[in-house]
Amino acid sequence: MPNESKHIVSSFEADLKKLHDMIAAMGGLVERAVADAATALLTHDANLAANVIEHDAQINAEQHAVEQFAVRLLALRQPVADDLRQIIQALKVVTDLERVGDYAANIAKRSIVINQVASNFSLSSLGQMAALVQQNLKSSIDTVGEANPQKAIALWRADQAVDDLYNTIFRELITYMMEDARNITACTHLLFIAKNLERIGDHTTNIAELVYYAVTGENLPDFRPKGDTTAAYLPSNG
Amino acid sequence: MTSDTALAGALRPDMQGQTARVSIRNLNFYYGETHALKNVSIDFPDRQTTAMIGPSGCGKSTLLRVLNRMYDLYPGQRAEGEVLIGGNNIIAPTQDLNRLRRRVGMVFQKPTPFPKSIYDNVLFGVRLHERLSKAEMDERVEWALTRAALWNEVKDRLHSSALGLSGGQQQRLCIARSIAVRPDVLLLDEPTSALDPISTLKIEELVDELKRDFCIVIVTHNMQQAGRCADQVAFFYLGELVEVGPSSQIFTAPRERKTQEYITGRFG
Repeated sequence: MPNESKHIVSSFEADLKKLHDMIAAMGGLVERAVADAATALLTHDANLAANVIEHDAQINAEQHAVEQFAVRLLALRQPVADDLRQIIQALKVVTDLERVGDYAANIAKRSIVINQVASNFSLSSLGQMAALVQQNLKSSIDTVGEANPQKAIALWRADQAVDDLYNTIFRELITYMMEDARNITACTHLLFIAKNLERIGDHTTNIAELVYYAVTGENLPDFRPKGDTTAAYLPSNG
Repeated sequence: MTSDTALAGALRPDMQGQTARVSIRNLNFYYGETHALKNVSIDFPDRQTTAMIGPSGCGKSTLLRVLNRMYDLYPGQRAEGEVLIGGNNIIAPTQDLNRLRRRVGMVFQKPTPFPKSIYDNVLFGVRLHERLSKAEMDERVEWALTRAALWNEVKDRLHSSALGLSGGQQQRLCIARSIAVRPDVLLLDEPTSALDPISTLKIEELVDELKRDFCIVIVTHNMQQAGRCADQVAFFYLGELVEVGPSSQIFTAPRERKTQEYITGRFG
């Protein structure tokens, strides 16, 4: 139930807007970190990777700032109904975003190592997965501002495609490792990178769920279409 | 009697489970030409607290006035529909008003102690309805004051004037006076709006205690108080019941936009 009418106390209105702006700003940093980490991996750019790692502290600081502000609003405004749900959403969304920032930094770290162990695998599947994850992440952060439950449901379902790509990459990398044991170092790092991207996808669905709750007051069902089947994967000729 | 609960239970053996103590069906109320309550239907469950919220003039105090027929004192005011308490339609002209007012106690916004002793205040209504021995009266005074969480503070000065009590104590005395006649329903009309925060919390604690034995209906302008005290919350606007539901639902995910706008401070 989106609410267009304004609060009688205009400073509360301003506080809620500030909260949204803070999330949008933090979301921007996180999107940038994931984009830069992917670029650093695909273009073997160690300087850019180092930059991502360095900026993770700033993302953490933004998370703390949002949390402190949200706690202040809870204590001083004693919000209820959609106001309360928006503030709870803010507290949880920044936790998801902070984790996404960590995964981006981890991708950046691993990309530096991969540069050192010369590898000539095609990274096109990973590039495709990274692009899709970035697109969903951006949409999820936009959805927080737009408060659009239909878009949130669409996003929540869209993670299936990310999982499918992850399954493909998982199989590819296992095949490379079986072909030549010298590939194992690079492939293991690439596998973790794929897993990090898959986890970022999961956090974007969390954000979609939070938006849906904040706007409608209802929870999405516990069951979400999940496509990560790698936990049961056994190579046929292994 | 060995305990308060035993006393209340023995006095009212019909109280079982969470049945509706008061059932209101299609209630309309008029102040002359003004249509103040519009087709209101709501249940007040036994042994639960219902909070009525809404902006001034929304009809919530009018509804309280219907429940003990206080409007009868004024010409030109009339109620139509059904207000069932224990199966009787209490707005029917045949209803015995004295009997009704024994069954429906009311506490007002400002404490209204009579300029009498604490003891006589508690027994004021009792003496109108019952013939009790001295020992029974003493017992009733102690029971009511204990249930109203005032006994320990006043037991050594029962015969001094009620006007010497603090505001919070006076309000608890009024609650003791209301429950001393052992009503079915206790109506509280903004009972803490004239009290300091600590006295307010004592009344809220008292409401929590009393709902074990009574059906409580509280009108409050304090949303947090409604959230803290009430099992169910009813939101009224312009004489209509907009929404009623468990307080946890009303304050986290109200169904109606009007409710949401009111409780979040967007109009009112």
